[in-house]
Amino acid sequence: MTAPAPPDGIDGPAPLPSPDGDAVLDDFVAFTRLVRGAGVPVTTDRVAAYLQALRLSDLTSEVATYWAGRLTLCADPDDVVRYDHAFAAWFSADPRDQRMGRPAPPKPRISTMAALTEPPPGAGSGDDEQETPELRVAASGEEILRDRDIAELSIGEREHLKALLALLRPAPPRRRARRRRPARRGEPDPRRTLRAALANGGEIGDLLRRARRHRPRRVVLLVDVSGSMSPYADTLLRFAHVVTRRTPTAVETFTLGTRLTRVTRELRQRDPERALGDAGRAIPDWSGGTRLGEALRAFLDRWGQRGVARRAVVVVFSDGWERGGAELLGEQAARLARLAHAVVWVNPHAGKSGYAPVQGGIAAALPHVDRLLAGHSLTTLAELLEVLRDA
Amino acid sequence: MTATTATSPDDLARALDATGYLTDAGLASAAFLALRMGRPLFCEGEPGTGKTALAQALAEALGLPLVRLQCHEGIDAAQALYDWDFPRQLLHLRSVEAAASASHTELDVDAVESSLYDRRFLLARPVLQALQDSPCVLLVDEVDRADDEFEAFLLEVLAENSVTIPEIGVIRAETPPLVVLTSNRTREVHDALKRRCLYLWLEHPDLARETAILRRRLPDLPAELAEQVAQAVHGLRGLDLLKPPGVAESLDWAQALQLVGARRLDLASATATLGAVLKYREDADRARDKLDALLAS
Repeated sequence: MTAPAPPDGIDGPAPLPSPDGDAVLDDFVAFTRLVRGAGVPVTTDRVAAYLQALRLSDLTSEVATYWAGRLTLCADPDDVVRYDHAFAAWFSADPRDQRMGRPAPPKPRISTMAALTEPPPGAGSGDDEQETPELRVAASGEEILRDRDIAELSIGEREHLKALLALLRPAPPRRRARRRRPARRGEPDPRRTLRAALANGGEIGDLLRRARRHRPRRVVLLVDVSGSMSPYADTLLRFAHVVTRRTPTAVETFTLGTRLTRVTRELRQRDPERALGDAGRAIPDWSGGTRLGEALRAFLDRWGQRGVARRAVVVVFSDGWERGGAELLGEQAARLARLAHAVVWVNPHAGKSGYAPVQGGIAAALPHVDRLLAGHSLTTLAELLEVLRDA
Repeated sequence: MTATTATSPDDLARALDATGYLTDAGLASAAFLALRMGRPLFCEGEPGTGKTALAQALAEALGLPLVRLQCHEGIDAAQALYDWDFPRQLLHLRSVEAAASASHTELDVDAVESSLYDRRFLLARPVLQALQDSPCVLLVDEVDRADDEFEAFLLEVLAENSVTIPEIGVIRAETPPLVVLTSNRTREVHDALKRRCLYLWLEHPDLARETAILRRRLPDLPAELAEQVAQAVHGLRGLDLLKPPGVAESLDWAQALQLVGARRLDLASATATLGAVLKYREDADRARDKLDALLAS
């Protein structure tokens, strides 16, 4: 069968530009490599689309070449920032000059997870002697490790904890979906009943029924990666990876610090080491200060209000230390509570004896939180999973 | 103009301009490339930046019909593609039976069955309609609201430009429709779908373009008022609001000001009509404090 001839108007895909001896096109292909290096996931078919677009564009016009690449190579507003950067570097022309008010692109910072899993200064160094016997105890009974505070674990114990984390089997919270499916019980299903009647020569036999389906409810994990949370951040991100792997499309993860970073894409990878490595590279503000209120507002403005937080179960992992004003955090927590189905605040310090939520930040946010949980050990994280399931 | 005569982005920009939709270099390139490369155009951006309006303007500029599919949670193929008209099929069956028993003839079962799945019993939903009526502009609005499964289905239709109906066969669009997808980013759309598309991230227009849009859409609007509204809306967008106003809101605001008979934007008229541009109490409170400074600039 032959394909219909392309009509004059909206014609089919234009043929790809001929590759032979076209130095200009080679140049553009090399440019896509730079774009890929800048962090935009450029695939071969995107490059093909780019070349096709270039063929239709006026190559002498900087604006036209800029847009040909931006339209075909990017897939995300974040990609656009990276693309702009690469374009500026390659063509030594800054397209951002023409468009006002663009924030400067984030500087990618290379940091490795190995450095992050090291015990915080002052907590671990020098007392290896003392920790080795403990490790032996932990190996003999993982029950002990389950209840230990993550911040106080040695490197060996952390490795063991990783394995235990991978064994968690999170059950996602569920919500009623709009769609219905055939069921034994439930409301009558006119469509299926009629179809059955049709097959039966128009005679209506059994009344068939349908019921609503259930779908996983969205879970949003907000992980504080500021300095005061650094002993927990790595484990919490690992935990986020475990939850993400269970229902990849229903879980969103962001990190809060001095800025907001979305790490959902990185955490969706199957391999935990790779996922965490990529997430670590994506987060520019590890162990920095905390501007919890501002980061939360950035989340709500850019993602939450649009729909990510709507009817979702939102879990905030933070100790509530706030460098900015507590008032802003209170306001944003109230906003979050109005959007979300449930807000769970997980504070690693909440499990310690003598803890009272008096820090400015958490005191302001607490009235808008449905549950305050501890999250300092594996057992408490497993408890969190139960709370999530029933939310 | 028609689809055949668009030879450059500037050409298309002029045609869109004639319909009252003002473009910039990016928008025009995007629409032009989508048209010539036969790829869907995936538009993302803040609400009120003219994503849906772009599809409407394209349809008008190219003289093509617009077919719109509004996505929502739980949308399925029966709502997007086609459905059989069961009640009519049932009626048809009964009338054939009645006719046969009246004339004491034997029913030809095969013939009756094939007559049941005739095209006249087929209810064409937007996607099928677009394939049948092509060339046309198919607007898939707010695709982020649909489920992941629906995306996969959409991907299949967009890649093949055809639909297979088991009882009838393949319905193929002779000319692929110009597809415009919009998303508000409530959820990340799957990469596989984006890969098939040209990606356009829309931002709020700059001051000059916004003024031009206001004047184009509201011809009776005094030039001074248009400029003031555009300026004030730009100021509002810089205020760190929950919902920064889009172009749709500036248009509403300008219209409201016109209706209350304001000749220029002053504190009294602005306060009276603020509800047209800001839709949250917190935003209105914040803006009211700063209105003085905004209007003075």
